[in-house]
This record gives sequence, structure tokens and C-alpha cells, in this order.
Amino acid sequence: MAKGKTFQKPEALSTNHTHYCPGCTHGVIHRLVAEVIDELGIRGKTVGIAPVGCAVLAYNYFTCDFQEAAHGRAPAMATGIKRVRPDLIAFTYQGDGDLASIGMSEIIHAANRGEKFTTIFVNNAVYGMTGGQMAPTTMPGQRTTTSPYGRDVTLTGMPIKMCELLAALQTTGYITRQTVIKPKYIVKAKKAIKQAFMYQMENRCFTFVEVVSTCPTNWGMTPLDAIKWTEETLLPYYPLGEYKTPEGGTTDAK
Amino acid sequence: MAKVLMKGNEAIGEAAIRAGCLNYFAYPITPQSEVAEYLSKRMPDVGGMFLQGESEVAVGYMLFGASACGARVFTTSSSPGISLMSEAISYIAGAQCPAVFVNIIRGGPGLGGILPSQGDYFQATKGGGHGDYRLLVMAPASVQEAVEMVMLAFPLAEKYRNPVMILGDGLIGQMMEPVEFPDHLRTEPTNKDAWATNGMDTRNSKKSNLVKSLYLDPKMLNDHNLHLKSKYDQMKREEIRYEAYNADGDYKILIVSYGTMSRVCRTAIDMMKEDGLEVGMIRPKTLFPFPEKAIYDAAVKESCQKVISIEMSMGQMVEDVDRCVKGRRPVEWYGKCGGDVPTPEEVIGVIRGLL
Repeated sequence: MAKGKTFQKPEALSTNHTHYCPGCTHGVIHRLVAEVIDELGIRGKTVGIAPVGCAVLAYNYFTCDFQEAAHGRAPAMATGIKRVRPDLIAFTYQGDGDLASIGMSEIIHAANRGEKFTTIFVNNAVYGMTGGQMAPTTMPGQRTTTSPYGRDVTLTGMPIKMCELLAALQTTGYITRQTVIKPKYIVKAKKAIKQAFMYQMENRCFTFVEVVSTCPTNWGMTPLDAIKWTEETLLPYYPLGEYKTPEGGTTDAK
Repeated sequence: MAKVLMKGNEAIGEAAIRAGCLNYFAYPITPQSEVAEYLSKRMPDVGGMFLQGESEVAVGYMLFGASACGARVFTTSSSPGISLMSEAISYIAGAQCPAVFVNIIRGGPGLGGILPSQGDYFQATKGGGHGDYRLLVMAPASVQEAVEMVMLAFPLAEKYRNPVMILGDGLIGQMMEPVEFPDHLRTEPTNKDAWATNGMDTRNSKKSNLVKSLYLDPKMLNDHNLHLKSKYDQMKREEIRYEAYNADGDYKILIVSYGTMSRVCRTAIDMMKEDGLEVGMIRPKTLFPFPEKAIYDAAVKESCQKVISIEMSMGQMVEDVDRCVKGRRPVEWYGKCGGDVPTPEEVIGVIRGLL
């Protein structure tokens, strides 16, 4: 006899099989976002915005309304949505090439205007979809298909820390960095995502959840090695935690 | 409603409101910044929304996001700004969303100048962005016509679920003329529940909507493009607009000209008529779809010896005119694009030189 909770798929997730590689964390992050949408009961008024990158087909996996952006432009589209329909809930789901390179202008200005949408920023230190090229968040010395000798920071600068950059803006916001490489992190990441959506529902501020993620395929590692590398190399450079919370106290997500 | 004296740019802003569009995103650029200045004051009065974006790139996508969730939206810009918006315009056309873009053209290429030009004819009619898409392009020759075209643009954009562009020049934006805002051109936005991402609760539906332009399957992408083409073909059947001027009599020369340039040609035609020289004109009001048959029919009239495209660009529209005339008459070109509009005397000199 089954007792307790039965494993169920969130209503906000479709039954489609994802195209993501083995060991990729997109699936976990999709699920967390979907669980939060279910728990907050907002599927009927949520519009997601898919990026260009591995998650371009995210609309095949969510069951709410979706728009598909050009590379880096999701925050401008979310701005358009929220300015004409403030009652809708909008979230962008973007990778590091999309958000921190070609879309840098759009994310900074949306954050600075305090646009009331949520960005899920999946940072795996590499361009995934296009085949493992160097990203703004690629680590010093990290080999990619366009930095075959390792990222030379004297030529390409240091990896950009998006949370720290956005938190430096004077406009209020909710800026946090999470990861999903182990269960203990997944629980915290979900809480942060829920918090972000709740702040949006309260019309409080711009909300940004960075999720430090893996890309075993383009890192050339097994999924387990990728988790190890994330913990040993990425997390010391990209510390987890809250970088900014809105003034006036928080409405804690459970 | 009584006529009021208004600057072209301000009249364009007011026309959008009168047409029932209360959402405007823009980025400042000469010579159209007065639209944003006007609407930043006016929108709060009418419960509308104005947002100044951080770039024309972003503004294009603000329009896309807003349009995709069902709102009526428009923006105004000038040539270099339209170049930046062209990325979004391609996506909007691909994703089949309605939106209205006003281009108050300045001289190019590059920074060019800030004076009137028609140098963006190719950009507007042949696609400034990538891929097989078309814009419905209307070119006003007066402030009043700019008002009416802006008001007409919104229902047309919704009818075809495609961006519509108003192609004016710096003179249309900067000059003041008496205008009125015809009440009958005010329209209600169409119901967009069938496709817009306006939230399932809004349309009381259990089915989610998706706005996208990606089709990885070759057959699906081809079918998608065939569908887009069918819309452009429908525009060619239903939306061609033009004016024939002095085209009833036996003219020796046929001018094809649009926008501000056509007004100068009209004056030149009147002056030549007084001197006994008959010259006709076809003035396209829509640049896409182009009045192909009207130009052909006017060109092959027995009295007509030559056709000339007169434009404030270095020979852009003349390629379409040449295509329409199909070799039946010699097609000439005259143009200037530094910013000073050719005078009637200059046009008369050019016409007499053809005889």
C-alpha cells in the first residue's frame, strides 16, 4: 500500500520529453519553476519568455502562455508585457550567453527600471546550444571551443558576476544566486524562486534568481564530474546567497 | 471636429491616441523626438502608457512583448533607429504580431544627416531585417495624410497580424499644417484570444498560447513562409493605394513620386501645365504593396514618351517603377538626398531635359 505523497508532475509542466542532455540541470530548474507556479496558483496568468540557447524550446515543457525572444531580448519583451498588462505574471528564462553577453543592456536597464518580472538566469559558464563557446561567465583558464587554450583573462577579461553587478544598481530589487547540484541546494533554490514570484505578485520589485548550473556535454565531463567541478571551481567564484532584498521586510516563501 | 494647427510629429502622436492606441514605447532620435515629448505629456491624460526604452533595440522588443500579449502598440523613430529595430521587426513579422512603426526618415547612410530624405525606401519595402517578410508601408505626403495613415495602420496591422510602417520624411515630421482627426478612423482592437499570450485566465481557456518564430522542421518552416506569403499576396490584392494626378489628359511624361517629393512634383506639374506641357503623376500612397498596374497602365498610354521616378534617394523606387513598366517605356530617375528638397524649377528643368 502506498503511503504518504505520490510523485506527481506539476500541472505547469507538460508531458513532453525534454531535449536536454544527460546531467544537465535545466530539467530540475524547469520543475522548480513549474512547482512554484502551481503552488502560487498563477498558471492562468503567467507568461514565460524563452531565450535563444538550450532553453529556446522551454515552451514545449511548460503549460502556461509563452513567448519566444530573440537572443538576449527577453527582458525587453517582459517589460513590454508588464507595462501593458501589469496583472500578468511574466518570467524570463535565460542562459549566460543570452543574458550576460548579447542581452547585457536589456537586463541591466530592466533591473534598473525596477520592472516587475522575474528572471531565472541559468549560468553554466558556457554557450550550450551553439556548441560550447566561451561565455562572459566562463572561468579563467576554462577551455571552450572558442578558447581552446583556456580563457585568457588578459585578452577577454574576468568572468562577469551578474548578481553582484545588478545588486550595485540603486533601484531596489530581489537578487539571489542559487544552485541545484545537490538536494540541499535544490530546496533553497526553490524557496528563492518562489520568493521571487511572490515579490512580483506583490508588485514589489525586479526579481532575479541566478542558478549556477552544469553542462557536462560542453565541459567534456561526466555528470558527476560536472557537479564536482561546479562545487570546486564555480561556487567559490560565484558565491551563493542573497545579494539584495527589497526594503520594508520580506514576505517569506515557505 | 475643427481643424487644428499641429506639427507633423505631434499630430502623429495624437493620431495614435485617437485611433485607440494607448501604448507607446520610444527612444529619442532627431527628427522625430517631438513624438515622444508630446506623448510623454499626453499619455497620462488619457490613461495611456509611455516608456522610454534604453535603445531602439529594446524598444522593438518591448513592442513585440506587448503586442504578443494582445495590446495595441506603436513606436516612432528615424532611420538609424529603424535599423536597430529591424531585428525585432523581423521577429514580429515572423511571429505574426500586429505593431505600428513610424519612420521619419533622415539622410543616410550611417549617421548621414538630420534633414529630410527618402533613403530608407529599400529598408522599408524590401526588408531591413532578415528573412522573407514584408511590411505594409504607407507614405504620407501631408500632415493630414500622416494622421489618417497612422489611424488606419492599427486595424491593418491587426487584419494581417503583421507590422505596418508609416514612412515619412523629416519634413512631414517637422512642418506644421492644419489637421483634423476623423472620428470614423477610430477603431476597437480586434479580439486576439486565438493566439495572444494574454494569460489563459483572461481568455477563459485551458489551452496555452505560444508566440514564436522558430520552426526547426524544414517543411513546417516552408509552410509558415508560404502562409506569410499568402498574407503579402492578399495585401497586394486589397491594400494598394495611390493617387493619379493630371493623369486623365495626354501627358508626354509620367512622374512617379511619393511623400514630400510628390508635393514638389505636383507644383511643377501645375506650372508646366500653364506653359502648355502636360505631365502626369502616379503617387504611390502604399509603397508595399506597390501600385504596379496603375503605373504600367499610366506608362503605356499612347501619349506618354517616358517615365521618371523622382525621389529623395539615389535611385531606389526607380527599380520598382522599372519593374512595373516592363520595358514598354524608357524609365529615368532623378533624385537628391543631401537633405535639401528639389525645387519645382529643378524638377521642371529635369522634365524638359527628357523631351
